[in-house]
Amino acid sequence: MELLGGEFCDMTPQELAAPVNTVAVKGLVKQHIDSFNYFINVEIKKIMKANEKITSDADPMWYLKYLNIYVGMPDVEESFNVTRPVSPHECRLRDMTYSAPITVDIEYTRGSQRIIRNALPIGRMPIMLRSSNCVLTGKTPMEFSKLNECPLDPGGYFIVKGQEKVILIQEQLSKNRIIVEQDRKGAVGASVTSSTHEKKSRTNMIVKQGRFYLRHNTLSEDAPIAIIFKGMGVESDQEIVQMIGTEEHVMASFAPSLEECQKAQIFTQTQALRYLGNKVRRQRMWGGPKKTKMEEARELLASLILTHVPVKEFNFRAKCIYLAVMVRRVILAQGDNKVDDRDYYGNKRLELAGQLLSLLFEDLFKKFNSELKKIADQIIPKQRAAQFDVVKHMRQDQITNGMVNAISTIYRLYLIKLKVYFLKLLAVLLSSSAEVSFNSSSGNWSLKRFKMDRQGVTQVLSRLSFISALGMMTRISSQFEKTRKVSGPRSLQPSQWGMLCPSDTPEGEACGLVKNLALMTHITTDMEDGPIIKLAFNLGVEDVNLLCGEELSYPSVFLVFLNGNILGVIRDHHKLVSTFRLMRRAGFINEFVSISTNLTDRCVYISSDGGRLCRPYIIVKKGQPMVKNKHIEDLSQGYRTFEDFLHEGLVEYLDVNEENDCQIALYEHMINKDTTHLEIEPFTLLGVCAGLIPYPHHNQSPRNTYQCAMGKQAMGTIGYNQRNRIDTLMYLLAYPQRPMVKTKTIELIDFEKLPAGQNATVAVMSYSGYDIEDALVLNKASLDRGFGRCLVYKNTKCTLRRYTNQTFDKVMGPMLDAATRKPIWRHNILDADGICSPGERVENKQVLVNKSMPTVTQTPLEGSTQPGQPQYRDVPISYKGSTDSYIEKVMISSNAEDAFLIKILLRQTRRPEIGDKFSSRHGQKGAFFFSLS
Amino acid sequence: MAATMKNVDEIRNRVILGEFGVKNVHTSDFPGNYPGYDDAWDMHKFQKNFRIDVVHLDESSMEFDMVGMDAAIANAFRRILLAEVPTMAIEKVFIYNNTSIVQDEVLAHRLGLIPIKADPRLFEYRNTGEEAAEEEGSEIDTIQLQLKIKCSRNPRASKDSSDPRELYLNHMVYSKDIKWVPIGNQADVFADSIIGPVNDDILIAQLRPGQELDIIMHCVKGIGKDHAKFSPVATASYRLLPEITLMETVEGEKAERLKRCFSQGVIELEDVNGKKVAKVVNSRLDTCSREVLRHDDLKNVVKLGRLRDHFIFTVESTGILPPDVLVTEAIKVLMAKCQRFLNELDSDINEVK
Repeated sequence: MELLGGEFCDMTPQELAAPVNTVAVKGLVKQHIDSFNYFINVEIKKIMKANEKITSDADPMWYLKYLNIYVGMPDVEESFNVTRPVSPHECRLRDMTYSAPITVDIEYTRGSQRIIRNALPIGRMPIMLRSSNCVLTGKTPMEFSKLNECPLDPGGYFIVKGQEKVILIQEQLSKNRIIVEQDRKGAVGASVTSSTHEKKSRTNMIVKQGRFYLRHNTLSEDAPIAIIFKGMGVESDQEIVQMIGTEEHVMASFAPSLEECQKAQIFTQTQALRYLGNKVRRQRMWGGPKKTKMEEARELLASLILTHVPVKEFNFRAKCIYLAVMVRRVILAQGDNKVDDRDYYGNKRLELAGQLLSLLFEDLFKKFNSELKKIADQIIPKQRAAQFDVVKHMRQDQITNGMVNAISTIYRLYLIKLKVYFLKLLAVLLSSSAEVSFNSSSGNWSLKRFKMDRQGVTQVLSRLSFISALGMMTRISSQFEKTRKVSGPRSLQPSQWGMLCPSDTPEGEACGLVKNLALMTHITTDMEDGPIIKLAFNLGVEDVNLLCGEELSYPSVFLVFLNGNILGVIRDHHKLVSTFRLMRRAGFINEFVSISTNLTDRCVYISSDGGRLCRPYIIVKKGQPMVKNKHIEDLSQGYRTFEDFLHEGLVEYLDVNEENDCQIALYEHMINKDTTHLEIEPFTLLGVCAGLIPYPHHNQSPRNTYQCAMGKQAMGTIGYNQRNRIDTLMYLLAYPQRPMVKTKTIELIDFEKLPAGQNATVAVMSYSGYDIEDALVLNKASLDRGFGRCLVYKNTKCTLRRYTNQTFDKVMGPMLDAATRKPIWRHNILDADGICSPGERVENKQVLVNKSMPTVTQTPLEGSTQPGQPQYRDVPISYKGSTDSYIEKVMISSNAEDAFLIKILLRQTRRPEIGDKFSSRHGQKGAFFFSLS
Repeated sequence: MAATMKNVDEIRNRVILGEFGVKNVHTSDFPGNYPGYDDAWDMHKFQKNFRIDVVHLDESSMEFDMVGMDAAIANAFRRILLAEVPTMAIEKVFIYNNTSIVQDEVLAHRLGLIPIKADPRLFEYRNTGEEAAEEEGSEIDTIQLQLKIKCSRNPRASKDSSDPRELYLNHMVYSKDIKWVPIGNQADVFADSIIGPVNDDILIAQLRPGQELDIIMHCVKGIGKDHAKFSPVATASYRLLPEITLMETVEGEKAERLKRCFSQGVIELEDVNGKKVAKVVNSRLDTCSREVLRHDDLKNVVKLGRLRDHFIFTVESTGILPPDVLVTEAIKVLMAKCQRFLNELDSDINEVK
């Protein structure tokens, strides 16, 4: 091991890769599972808390209050009110949804009584496999096999209506951060996309003829910035200038904006608000108390512009300072073009299943509550014998169907998301307690306006091979429009080193927009920021609310940001950053909180928000890596885990921004006196698919990219439970082989246990002309002996329904030939029960299930005579295919709708034929053209 | 022709391994190609030159040298060995029950590849064609085999055992479990030869308690051209005899390096006046790797060549027939082909007349 030298000299590569092992194994789908766990355990309670009380306009005494919310374990309803735990594989086979009940504890009034009800179901939540509520967590491989589950299966997907669905990771620009950028004409501007639980909005700052304007959706035209300042209560021009900066050129740049305000004759807050009130875009009203234009303008400033900056009781101080910092950034950027890079990964956030589902659940929960309120409003005024009991009106199907449909269909989720935004916006504008209609038809146009149109978010998990399934779990899709012809978002970004795989991206349309996570990347989840704020103030940060404004631009201080909000200023930023890091290494703050200094902007950024990319590094102190030989030994013997390394401050996670603030050595011999961190293993910069390539550094780079796309199509094995699966299409190799040349990644991801492909001897030469243009000639004897022999499984489904007129589908036995008393040819393979028998060979047009269906399925009209016996007509399920198949398996069960479900698994064995493709692991594919005997 | 006599001899008789290519690979000693050489076919000359030396022979493999012959003929023997010497192999599998996890087709394929010890010379080819497919095999063209096995729990296994070998009975199905079922008079005719799989330890399938196999198989006579399972050899190959000539004496460190460039036993060091001198001991062992040509100071010291008419044959039998029998069978096949060709020629001549 000349690479690491020094301390690691005497260690074998296997031992060195040991720390990677523990990280990578968990890491590949950990982000999905973590995010989902966070949602069902933490976020869902927050959503409940934010919408905890329902009141009625009809009866001020009536209320419903949620006390708690839980997501249970996945189960299935056997009969009325009898449930039993269900395994994921049963759901796959029976076309059911692997979901758990969502139950709530509520307190409500019935008449004059106050009632507390516990564990009341309100709907069902699809459960991610291997998440905290999945039956598979904490099971041993033995228990896995009892549940018909593959212990190597990564999990992280959902099973909805029997299909495995993945919610792809979505990449988007950071929320709540100031991005300074140039528009097409070269003018510098700043924009912020604010997002909080309540509201989401986008605020732009632009420069026109040397004057600053604020542009926002709710304003019908751009508002001069000075007027906004005045509207927020900073009436004195001096104060505005102080906040922005008192340097000569800054003042000079801002002077025209003040002048414009002067010309408009606006000097007071009232005047400013009146001016803004006229610019507020008119919205349709749904009743509620009418408000004056001034009130509207104040409301707008408080809650729609820069919504993430908190405004309490119209104290605009923090927001003014934020706005001033925005102006200052633009002024400073104007001179020397220091605009931010949109493609930089420090400015990106990855959205995972948990975040998407929480948005969805929030919407459904609100809809559920508003429905309850509507019912209450309708029913309470009517005098009834029984008192109004809200529990009787809580319907479960709305939330259940909402969740299931969102995951099983593709577009729905996004329309819903936009609707939420738009309606919230309305609700705020109206600022009334009036009922908000959720039947808004405006979902579509808002789509275009906020550029939030997304599709292809949930996809069916590709089970072509084990690698294709694993590769899908690490896939990231970007939201840029594929038609836009800009190279920026598609090109390789230096900041994606180690975070995203440089090779694994598709060719063509989605090139560079669809990416894959590298082996050790972790994606953060949201964290509490309260303790961090407290710590920052204790470390000497001066609260922004206590400053007069001029301090912001002092050359001696640095601004401190927390998740995009200004926390305050600090004199000694070095000390702040180093103490903060020490505290984190000691475990006093979460290991995923990042702190970094930006010297050009003179800022310290602290981030604790979710969706940041980060990865572990070995800490280096005084030129010595903290991880020593004995640690690695302990790790390989199981005395320590990777978590212990984290807690002991030997290893830490760095996000992209903090990486930029560190000196990271690639190998141990590269450590110098400034080095702060050491790379754990350089090969982890590649992803799962690129990790399968032996010696990738000897390949031309596009070959690695081709291989990443091709590795997923390789035939082989898909899981230990592959023979128990009944998939629509499954290809398996009769004799899969473990690769003779392997990489460390192959060991880490268990490709050896579930291989795809065979070891072959290849001669590269010119021969016979059947090998032109990457065609290949195979030895016939090898084919005879089983090279490339594969099994193709297909399934056929059949359901037996019950109809409204009490008739139902039937399966009839085989029809006998009148003369021979033997079944006719078409029914040859049927058993006495009318279903084909396993092991039989089926030919084209033979019947698999001899089903017949009643001719009349509708309830007859009243008065018409009911015929004694229902008439049946044959609707056989027959086999179609030019080549014969064998029946591997027949499954008889019932699906979620209590209909009989018959699934038949058909099998074909194929040997390679002319036109089949073969490939090496280096992006070299060729078609089979000739077999040589 | 500017080439000297010596050069012509080399071109005619040697394949030269150069640093950037292999020279003189094609046969060029046809009549009239070289002035002063009479290359016309001469039976006496052939008989004088031709020889076969058997280097090694045991029941499963043999190595022999065939000298004084053209590559086309040598290759014909190789290809006939691979594809045209008949053997008996399982062709039809009747599966009465298969509850194992091995799919019927895969199981049948695996069974087909098992070499069956039965002398193919004592059997006839089975009729091919449409109506023949329906025909039952008879004692002269078919061997019937049976595989009937069921896995069960071992009642004597210790409770805490997790080893399948101890827990189950018959959980590994080997080729030794295949039993011969004689048809007709086969029991008498083949009384002294045991018909069945050559090897006892070929794993066919793994079973778990309750799973069983009940299979009848029919073996027929066939050739490797039809399917590789009929091939009587595991491999049959030939190579040319390597020839290594040292152009000058090589001593000391250079000699050590030279030795390492070749396979073990090709070059040995001799002590001449206290110096180590390299000497070619057995060029036959060389693999012709041409490693030596990568060393700048050694590449001009040696001349690598191969004798064009000296074929080292290696025949590895599957065990059905001894390798020497296979070679004689192969020669018989070629003779039959030649005879047929001559007959065709004769009949053609008659037709023309």
